[in-house]
Amino acid sequence: MLEVRALAAGYGRAQVLFGFDLALRAGELVALLGRNGAGKSTTLKALMGLVPPAAGEVHFRGERIDRLAPWRIARLGLAYVPEERRIFTDLSVTENLEVGRLPRREGAVHWTAQRLFELFPNLGRMRDRRGGSMSGGEQQMLSIARSLMGNPLALLLDEPSEGLAPVIVDAMAGAVLELKREGLCVLLTEQNLRFARRVADRACILETGQLRHQGAMSALDADPALRERYLAA
Amino acid sequence: MSATSILLQFLNGLAGASALFLVAAGLSLIFGVTRIVNFAHGSLVMLGMYLAVALSEVVGFWWALPCAALAVAGLGALIESVLLRRLYRAPELLQLLATFALVLIIRDYALWQWGPEDLLGPRAPGMAGAVTIIGQPFPAYDLFLIAVGPAVLGALWLLLTRTRWGTLVRAATQDREMASALGVNQRLQFTSVFALGALLAGLGGALQLPREPATLKVDLAVVSDAFVVVVVGGLGSLPGAFVAALLIAEVKAFCIALGYSKLTLVVEFLIMALVLVLRPWGLMGRMPAPARGPAALEPPLAAPSPRVLAGLCTLLAALALVPLATTGFTLVLLTDMLVFALFAVSLHFISGPAGLHSFGHAAYFGLGAYGAGILALRIGAPMELSLATAPLLAGGGALLFGWFCVRLSGIYLAMLTLAFAQIAWSVAFQWDAVTGGSNGLIGIWPAPWLASKAAYFWLVLALACAAIALLWRALHSPFGYALRAARDSPLRADAIGIDARALQWAAFTVAGLFAGIAGALHAFSKGSISPESMAVARSVDGLVMVLLGGIQTLTGPLWGAALFTWLQDALARGFDYWRAAIGCVILALVLALPGGLGSLGGLLKRQGRA
Repeated sequence: MLEVRALAAGYGRAQVLFGFDLALRAGELVALLGRNGAGKSTTLKALMGLVPPAAGEVHFRGERIDRLAPWRIARLGLAYVPEERRIFTDLSVTENLEVGRLPRREGAVHWTAQRLFELFPNLGRMRDRRGGSMSGGEQQMLSIARSLMGNPLALLLDEPSEGLAPVIVDAMAGAVLELKREGLCVLLTEQNLRFARRVADRACILETGQLRHQGAMSALDADPALRERYLAA
Repeated sequence: MSATSILLQFLNGLAGASALFLVAAGLSLIFGVTRIVNFAHGSLVMLGMYLAVALSEVVGFWWALPCAALAVAGLGALIESVLLRRLYRAPELLQLLATFALVLIIRDYALWQWGPEDLLGPRAPGMAGAVTIIGQPFPAYDLFLIAVGPAVLGALWLLLTRTRWGTLVRAATQDREMASALGVNQRLQFTSVFALGALLAGLGGALQLPREPATLKVDLAVVSDAFVVVVVGGLGSLPGAFVAALLIAEVKAFCIALGYSKLTLVVEFLIMALVLVLRPWGLMGRMPAPARGPAALEPPLAAPSPRVLAGLCTLLAALALVPLATTGFTLVLLTDMLVFALFAVSLHFISGPAGLHSFGHAAYFGLGAYGAGILALRIGAPMELSLATAPLLAGGGALLFGWFCVRLSGIYLAMLTLAFAQIAWSVAFQWDAVTGGSNGLIGIWPAPWLASKAAYFWLVLALACAAIALLWRALHSPFGYALRAARDSPLRADAIGIDARALQWAAFTVAGLFAGIAGALHAFSKGSISPESMAVARSVDGLVMVLLGGIQTLTGPLWGAALFTWLQDALARGFDYWRAAIGCVILALVLALPGGLGSLGGLLKRQGRA
């Protein structure tokens, strides 16, 4: 589904990613783990075309996308939910969803506002509320819902549990698992290992812009030394 | 004034507000989505006027309105897709410069197509007469105009809130990167928004025809009015633009009615100043988020290396010897180059290291020039005294205007400096008794001991070089470091105790003072001054020089000033449409060399290595 080869990227002169490879199969849920500053968010931004890759290639469903503008990548079926959520604060919930709407896509679930309100019942109760007057958890749900309106085949989720109350984190994990059941391929970054453990099939560990480890989530679970080495603060 | 005439003047102001609102709304929409301040917006208004005059002979006045507006919209779409699309990632100064190049090209096109004379438009068929309001006649067409403003505001509001296109535009205005990541087709969106903005401009121009003739001068006059409206109303707010257009147009109408038409701009300025002090982001605007971290990584400004210094000293020595070889035209051109080099370096001082993008630096050049002329002619001060005092006048002007300007940043600052320069220009243009009005002042000659071209050249060389050296020295003092710190990271600079606003105010004043020196030197070298010396075009000349040379280099403005002065001289002598030619040169440079001439060296070096 998504294949990354020798990807390098950065901001101006500050290079963040130093060439790594990553592959995602259809229907797979991969967690990208690592400490602050390891390059997790930059990876997702580079895949989405928001940070132009300096070297390497990104292929999505067999098509090369690393030189495309973000909107072209989105239209190929890759969706992105940023860490800061980036809700359009002046727009209502319904309008936020409208911005994300793209035509029906072959082979992908067809999402409508109505279906999304079933997945995130909270949103359904505040359709006309302005994005700016929503809580952090509600904004996170809206951000995910908004990107699903594009009927994506794969979803990039940047720190979905960050800054949320534990009960909301639970709901979020439920929603992510639901998406996985629908057949969506997901790459998410996480600092919260418990969240990653609940949802991910596979874990990739980033350190200073390089891939240090990848394997089944359960293997990481069973190896405290590995966790200590790359993830402990 | 009776109650009736107050009412009529009020209605008159409302009629004027409509066209102003259309223009400002277009400017605001375009900026909101593309983040480009379209300097050529006034030129689109002008084209709308001329096209409507031409078309009304073919299809009649009422059909000419939409046809002219649509034609301008088409041109807008073309401009966006051919030119601006390549510049969205370029620094904002370059974008402004590119749109200014369009001003030059469109102005010369109109000159070529319709000639230099004003064109009188047709009267509106069916509305040529007057209606009686409380016993007084009032033009029927003006009543129509009064209705157009709110109608367009309503239509835009519906378009933005009730259609998918409008929702996407509002989303992109807030966060265009996120909108793009959600798959919003940016090409289509940017082109359509630009076309809509151009349509409003063209319509605004065409609608004015029964009230005023089509003239070439309308472009910069309208765009600076629109800047004032947008700054007062708040960038990106359509209701704000509407309220501000009403306010400004009413003030104009009453100034004219009371017989103070010359005070119009001063009163406009006072309103803008008041609004900016009370609400820095306009009546209905919102404060932009402060920049966090390095927005663009600028390489540190290096002090000139010994080799560069040696080269500059050699150049200086060579220049000092020139009068021994020739006293002809070369010397005049070299004098101009030196004067403009000082002007460009003073502009670079604030727009580069201090990060304050001034679009009205010519105001201080002009204040210096007029100061020298007025002291010499009206007061009879000796030339030496005039030359020494005039820059203080420029510095004083910069002190006053700067107090307002440093409260803003980025685009707001550029607009405000431009509006101030426009005010200074119109004072010089209208105050016949002191400034000689549109004729300017003549007979400003240097003292007898400097009367020869060679002696005056040596004076200019000595003063310009000393002033430039002083400015460069200041950039490498703690003052200069603090300025750059405040530019690159305002929040962090604030946190370590740098009073950015005070520093920038000081830098603005210093830059104005030094531009004033250049202006005074210029006045005595030419023997005359005209309002042109402080027109917006002169401010932009300065920016072109700085950008030609490369804004992040130290010596760049010198080369830029020399090249530009030579180019302008060579083109203006042999060619009627030299403005358009300069516009094309600017466009070519902006597209080919976004880092300026100074970056050419680095570029060649890199290619040599590859």
